[in-house]
Amino acid sequence: MKQLLIVLLTLGVLLGLDLLLPRFLNPYLMRVLMLCGISVILAVSLNIVNGFTGQFSIGHAGFMAVGAYGSAMFSMHVGVNWVRALEAMGAPTALAQGFALLVALLIGGALAAIAGYLVGLPSLRLRGDYLAIVTLGFGEIIRVIITNVDAVGAARGLPGIPAWANFFWVGLAVVAMVVVAARLAHSTHGRALFAIRDDEVAAEALGVDTTRYKVLAFVIGSFFAGVAGGLFAHYNAYLHPNSFTFLKSIEVIAMVVLGGLGSITGSILAAILLTVLPEALRSAQELRMVLYSLMLIVLMITRPGGLLGSRELDLSRWFRRRKPAPGSA
Amino acid sequence: MSEFLQQLVNGVTWGSVYALIALGYTMVYGILRLINFAHGDVYMLGAFFGYFAARFFNAASDPNPFKALLVLVSSMVACGLVGIVIERAAYKPVRRSSRLSALITAIGVSLLLENGGILLFGADPKFFPQIIPARNIALGNGVTISNQQIIILAVSLVLMFTLRFIVTQTRVGKAMQAVSFNPTAAALMGISVDRIVTFTFMIGSMLAAAAGVLVALQNPKIEPLMGIMPGLKAFVAAVLGGIGNIPGAVLGGLVMGIAEVLVVGYVSPTYRDAIAFVLLIVILLVRPAGILGRQTAEKV
Repeated sequence: MKQLLIVLLTLGVLLGLDLLLPRFLNPYLMRVLMLCGISVILAVSLNIVNGFTGQFSIGHAGFMAVGAYGSAMFSMHVGVNWVRALEAMGAPTALAQGFALLVALLIGGALAAIAGYLVGLPSLRLRGDYLAIVTLGFGEIIRVIITNVDAVGAARGLPGIPAWANFFWVGLAVVAMVVVAARLAHSTHGRALFAIRDDEVAAEALGVDTTRYKVLAFVIGSFFAGVAGGLFAHYNAYLHPNSFTFLKSIEVIAMVVLGGLGSITGSILAAILLTVLPEALRSAQELRMVLYSLMLIVLMITRPGGLLGSRELDLSRWFRRRKPAPGSA
Repeated sequence: MSEFLQQLVNGVTWGSVYALIALGYTMVYGILRLINFAHGDVYMLGAFFGYFAARFFNAASDPNPFKALLVLVSSMVACGLVGIVIERAAYKPVRRSSRLSALITAIGVSLLLENGGILLFGADPKFFPQIIPARNIALGNGVTISNQQIIILAVSLVLMFTLRFIVTQTRVGKAMQAVSFNPTAAALMGISVDRIVTFTFMIGSMLAAAAGVLVALQNPKIEPLMGIMPGLKAFVAAVLGGIGNIPGAVLGGLVMGIAEVLVVGYVSPTYRDAIAFVLLIVILLVRPAGILGRQTAEKV
């Protein structure tokens, strides 16, 4: 009952913000806000693989691309017909589009999760940097395939995706991602993931099915990367393979490490920081990316464990007794 | 058949360039266990330093081998210095931190060099002066090789053998091997680990600079982002051969160069960027430590 109330309250707040925010923020700020939301999903989902489980993956842009293209193709060929049919039955446009978007996002996420499962399998054999380079390879292969398949627009890009994603859906996905990650961190499964990160051999000796959990982490991480990709596709209404180069993966890694491996709130903060920073530096024009990279280096030198380390930012901590975050060493 | 041989000649030339870059990755990895993401950008800087040196020495107006060598050497020296600065300023402060934060620092340096390059040199491509005019030499059977390809092969071979000599025969090379084997024990034996790491970065950067100048000889279009893809593929080549293993890097580079040229020639040029990674995944699934890498048993 209490949970139902919380869910309804969240939905209400998101709907309210969706209606209110465009009145107070100009379209540019709205855009930055939406991109922040998508970055947060990407960073937290990668944190499950890199931060929770300690499996170094640098192919996140590939999973995002799978979700983006998968959901976009669904919406363009099936989703639009559903919306038309629902509208013909008298459903309000926003509801019809929302329903189609939800299905598209789930399909995108599922496709990305399948890709994640396939990439997770070699993690049984490979460790550390070798795994990293294989995930990087998968990401690049996915991009090259997209660039070569004419049905998804190849190197021309894919225009004409219905722009259904609004603040409500991005916000809902962010909330879902954070809730899943936080619940996972506090669960038996989450503890198994932390155990693998801290010492794989010891975890296995204690009866953790390391293979299963590593693949599980990959599947969850890539599912949400796919959802983020789907939102990105339905927000921009246009996709191009160049949005999913390995630089995109690197950007997400930077968010995770900067925020602190394993820290959900850290990932959120760093995702927002690294999305807003290039925009805030826009006035510096050519110097923008130079400053961005300098800040990355300086931050890493001065705070090598990330902004928050493996701690969680907990506002209530200042009011109540101290409680250590799960998984902190 | 003659077409295949021609492709092979091109592949070996291209592969030797990958090998030169891969050597820098593998040496740094062998010593610090760090993927030096900025290495591909040092290769870019090498091409640009060569460009400025060639203009400074007027090497294009009266091309002669002496001036070409001067261009190569000055670019290598400049990049060697850049390598030292990068190591001291960015990597040394994070050496004691986790490997991931070192990796992010490397990514930051890479972005800095790319965007600094755009700022200083401009984003539009520059044309590398013809310091050695191209000439084709027939090898018989319809196979030709250009004098530039011969120079690329010869210079790479000379550099590789020099490196081999340094690593296996000199004191500093033996110290490098010791640090790579066990940094703590090496330090206890009186080896200055800091100095060896800096030296390794210098050597690696010089090799990358040479690769930059050699590539610019054949493909004169140079721009600040030219290092990303070759850098990435050279790293894949290093992993392919067994990272940390010097002969492995050369082998990996050659395999990669040949495979790429064959894909461009017989499949489709658009799949060129994918073959490197397909090859990598296939080989790592069969030999998880690379072709020449040694599988180490895990100690509990």
